[in-house]
Parts: sequence; C-alpha cells; structure tokens
Amino acid sequence: MDEVLNILKKNARTSVEDIAKMTRAKPEEIAARIAEYERTGAIRGYRTLIHENHLTEESVTAVIEVKVQPEREGGFDRIARRISGFPEVTNMYLMSGKFDLLLFVEGKNLREVASFVSERLATLDGVLSTGTHFMLKTYKEDGVLMDGEKIDDRLQVSP
Amino acid sequence: MNPKSRVAEHVRVLPFSGIRKFFDIVASRKDVISLGVGEPDFDTPWTVREAAVFSLERGATHYTSNRGDPELRKSICRYVARQFGAEYDWDKETLVTVGVSEAIDVALRTIVNPGDEVLYHEPCFVSYRPSIILAGGVPVCVETRREDQFRLTRAMLEKAVTKKTRVLMLNFPCNPTGAVLGQKDVEDIADFCIRHDLLLLTDEIYAELTYDSKHVSFVSVPGMKERTIFLHGMSKAWAMTGFRIGYACAPAEISENMMKLHQYAIMSAPTTGQKAAAEALERGDAAVTEMVAEYNRRRNYLIAAFADMGVSCHTPAGAFYAFPYVGDLGISSEDFAMRFLEEKSVAVVPGDAFGQCGAGFLRCAYATGMDNIREAMARMGDFVAEIRAGKKK
Ligand SMILES: Cc1ncc(COP(=O)(O)O)c(C=O)c1O
Repeated sequence: MDEVLNILKKNARTSVEDIAKMTRAKPEEIAARIAEYERTGAIRGYRTLIHENHLTEESVTAVIEVKVQPEREGGFDRIARRISGFPEVTNMYLMSGKFDLLLFVEGKNLREVASFVSERLATLDGVLSTGTHFMLKTYKEDGVLMDGEKIDDRLQVSP
Repeated sequence: MNPKSRVAEHVRVLPFSGIRKFFDIVASRKDVISLGVGEPDFDTPWTVREAAVFSLERGATHYTSNRGDPELRKSICRYVARQFGAEYDWDKETLVTVGVSEAIDVALRTIVNPGDEVLYHEPCFVSYRPSIILAGGVPVCVETRREDQFRLTRAMLEKAVTKKTRVLMLNFPCNPTGAVLGQKDVEDIADFCIRHDLLLLTDEIYAELTYDSKHVSFVSVPGMKERTIFLHGMSKAWAMTGFRIGYACAPAEISENMMKLHQYAIMSAPTTGQKAAAEALERGDAAVTEMVAEYNRRRNYLIAAFADMGVSCHTPAGAFYAFPYVGDLGISSEDFAMRFLEEKSVAVVPGDAFGQCGAGFLRCAYATGMDNIREAMARMGDFVAEIRAGKKK
C-alpha cells in the first residue's frame, strides 16, 4: 500500500504538511495524491473512533447472520446491495460457512432493531433466514483497544 | 586518593554516566516531552507478551541452563543465520545474557588482559568506556565525525592501532549518532581486524532498525566469524527492554569462557524473558517491520524539521536517534539541553554525554509518538530562533 494511505489509515488527521515531512515529499505532491485517492474512491471517507461511553445517544448494535438465495445471474451481489442500502446497516460482509451475509445493524433500542429485522430484512425476497446477536461491549475496534488504559512507565531519559 | 572511602579505588574514580545526571533533573519536572528515551515507545508485540504469560502459567519459573534455554539458543542461531548470514552452533557458540549490557561486560572481561588496548569509537553508548576500564583494558577512542556521517573508517583506525591493541569494539547502527556502515566500510574494517590480528566485539543491537539500506553484519564477511564476538538482543527491534534478554555468538573457546563469568555472576538469564524472546525470534518479524516503518516516518519528519529551522543534522540511517549539531548557535550542548528543558519543557540529551567529541550535538530519540515529535520540533524551532535573536542583540 502507498505510504500516504498507510499513514492516513493509522491517523486520518495527519496533516498534509506532516505527511510530506514523514515521506520526504513536497506538500503539494501529497495534497494532489490525496485528492486523487478521494476522486477515484480509493479513500472513501474519514471517521473518528469514539469510545462507546461517550456516545450520548442511546444505541444498540446487533450482529446479524443472514442466509440468502443467490441468483443465477449476479450471485449474491444484487440482494447484498439491496440490504446494504438500508441506513441501519453499518457494516456488511459476504462470508464463507453456515450463512452468507454478516450485518452490523445499529438502532436506538432493541425494539427498533427487532422491527428492522422482522419487517424489513426477513421479508425481503431472497432472504431465507436470519440470526440476530446483540453486542454487549466493545473491546477492540479497527485494531484499537477500547477497554482499559494505556500506561507508559518508561524512564524519561535513558541511555 | 580518598583515605576514608570504603569503596574500591578503581570503582570510586569511575565517573557517573552523563545521562544519569540529566535524568535526575528531568525526573524532577512535570509535563516534559522527552526525546531523551533510549528505548522503544511501542508496546512489546502481544504475541510475545502472551508467550511470556503462557510460560508462567505452565510453571516455567526456574533456572534455565547457564547458557540459556536450548530452544531459545536454537531460535537465535536460526535467526542469526537467516538475517546476518552466519551459522553458529547453538550449544557451543551461543550464550544468552541479561541484555546486551551484560554481554558487553562479560565479553570484555573474557578477552582483555591487563593493559591491552581496546579501540572503540565515540560518540558511543555510555557503558563502553567504563566497561573496558573495569575489564582491565586501556580504552583508546577513535572520534567519528559529522563530515563522515559518523561512520568509522579504516584510515582512522590505522592511526590509532598500536602493538598493544587487542580488541576493536563497534556499535553500528550507532547509539547516539544513528550512523550505519555500508558493505565497503564493513569489509575494510574487517580486513583491518585481520591484518592486525584483532578480536572484534560488535554490538549490533540496532541491526533491524535501518531505513535506507539493509544492515551489513560483520559476521557475514568471510574470515570474521573466527575472530568476532557478535552481540545482539531483544530490547530495541522487538521493544522488549524490560525482558532483559541479549545474546553473544562467539567461537567455542571464547563462548565457553564467557559462560564461566556469566555462570558465576548471573547463573542464567531470566526465564520468562527467554521464553518471550524465543517467540519474538520465531514469530516477530511482522511486528518489527511495522515498527521500523513508523520509526522511518518519524526520522523523516525530524530531518525535515531540522532543515526547516536551519539546524544541521546528518541523515541518521539507523537506530532511533537523530544527532543534530547546535554548536554553531554559540551555546554548548549542555546549556542548550538545560535551557530547552527549562524554557520549553522538552528533554534532549547533550551529545557530550556520549564522549567529548559529542560536544555541540544533541541526541534526539524518536522512540516517541508523532504528536510528541511534532510538538517538540515546533518548540525547538521557537527556541533556536530565540537563541539566534538573542545572539544578534
Ligand atoms: C548500543 C547499545 N548497546 C547496548 C545497549 C543495552 O541494551 P540491553 O542491555 O537492553 O540489551 C543499548 C541500550 O540502550 C545500546 O544502545
């Protein structure tokens, strides 16, 4: 992967000037490269990882396993696109194994998620079955530990 | 001579490390951004910590054999063969020590006869000179220079070698200068050792941390293994300083005699650390690669920042230290470091803590996060500008 993407993947707030210094390139060059990544869709967006304790609005997340009927033309893609279009679905993956699609669904409360599953998802043509699990606590997200504190007890000066 | 002292004379006269003094001052202050830390800021890779915990659960809490756990020694030999191109016998030529620190001490005491001259280069790691003295040797220092990117050259060595020279002691990539040696440098110095029939003690603890070219080890040069004690350890590239594991690979006779000193002083290196080290050597490559990539970004940032503020700094090609020159600001390294700490709350280490010829330089370790580095460089830019303005007045 390009070093610019490596750096942004770690910290999307790294400034163009800093990336330029870190890669020994010119700021204009970096800015142009990022613009190009944004234009072509290599970069799809920038987000902030927020600890769940600081999400003021109540919300619940469900992980849903979905079995679907693949189509002769297009396989899973058509039904997958239909499902992933719902704003409630935050993440979605095609899986190998006992089910086909893995969905992360967010709602204000249990009832909202339940009604999404029973009224919108399960009733779609091609959806054969669903299995819903509610998420209880986040330990790690996108490679970042969300539980516990980080300690740095190194000496301040050492040889 | 102090008649009242109960401390042995040769120990009493030994100076405290220049770092120690500075450490006490920094420790008394709060909210300091420290570029003075000579150890990685990264967490030890989880797989390594997990292996250590597992070893405790299984009850691996006793001595290992004096030379070290056989499994670890085999891992070491596999690693040295694949990374540095030298085959060592795990049983007869490998010794696991309490960090490279112990290995330096034991190696010197094993090979130095009273009065033997030991060549080494400055600026260098703080323990080199005292260790040579404590081993009964006569330290003969060769000064490396900014003009040469702090590389050591054969010509410098030829000037310093005498009939009494027995050992050459090296550290590349170098703490504190970040200097590395290229293939040609290494071959020339190896040839120098052979010509003068010297033993080579090579501390390659930063071998993995090079940014512009792959590390060249002295043990990869034909004819060198027989006269070399190769030192390496887990502290730097695997971020395992607290595990206290280093090792020495050396010809059987030397290794066996080092083992005697190690046995009487230490017994065996910490068992938990040894288990962790074996895991790191077998499955730690990816973590090392990732840390090296991040060090490289920080290094590049520092180089650019020094250029922006008009402070000259040779390109440090290895380890995690930059060694900028501030002597032309009309202020000593020590005054710079003290005032920078007092006025801007950033700690750097004065270059002369690593030998007289380090005067005028600062050691800035980039073993700290980008946010700290950015802030420290911004403050250094201000500070340097203030000094320049003050000088004009
Ligand atoms: C050049 C050099 N050698 C040896 C050491 C000692 O390392 P350890 O005893 O942790 O292996 C250090 C640590 O700073 C070093 O910089």
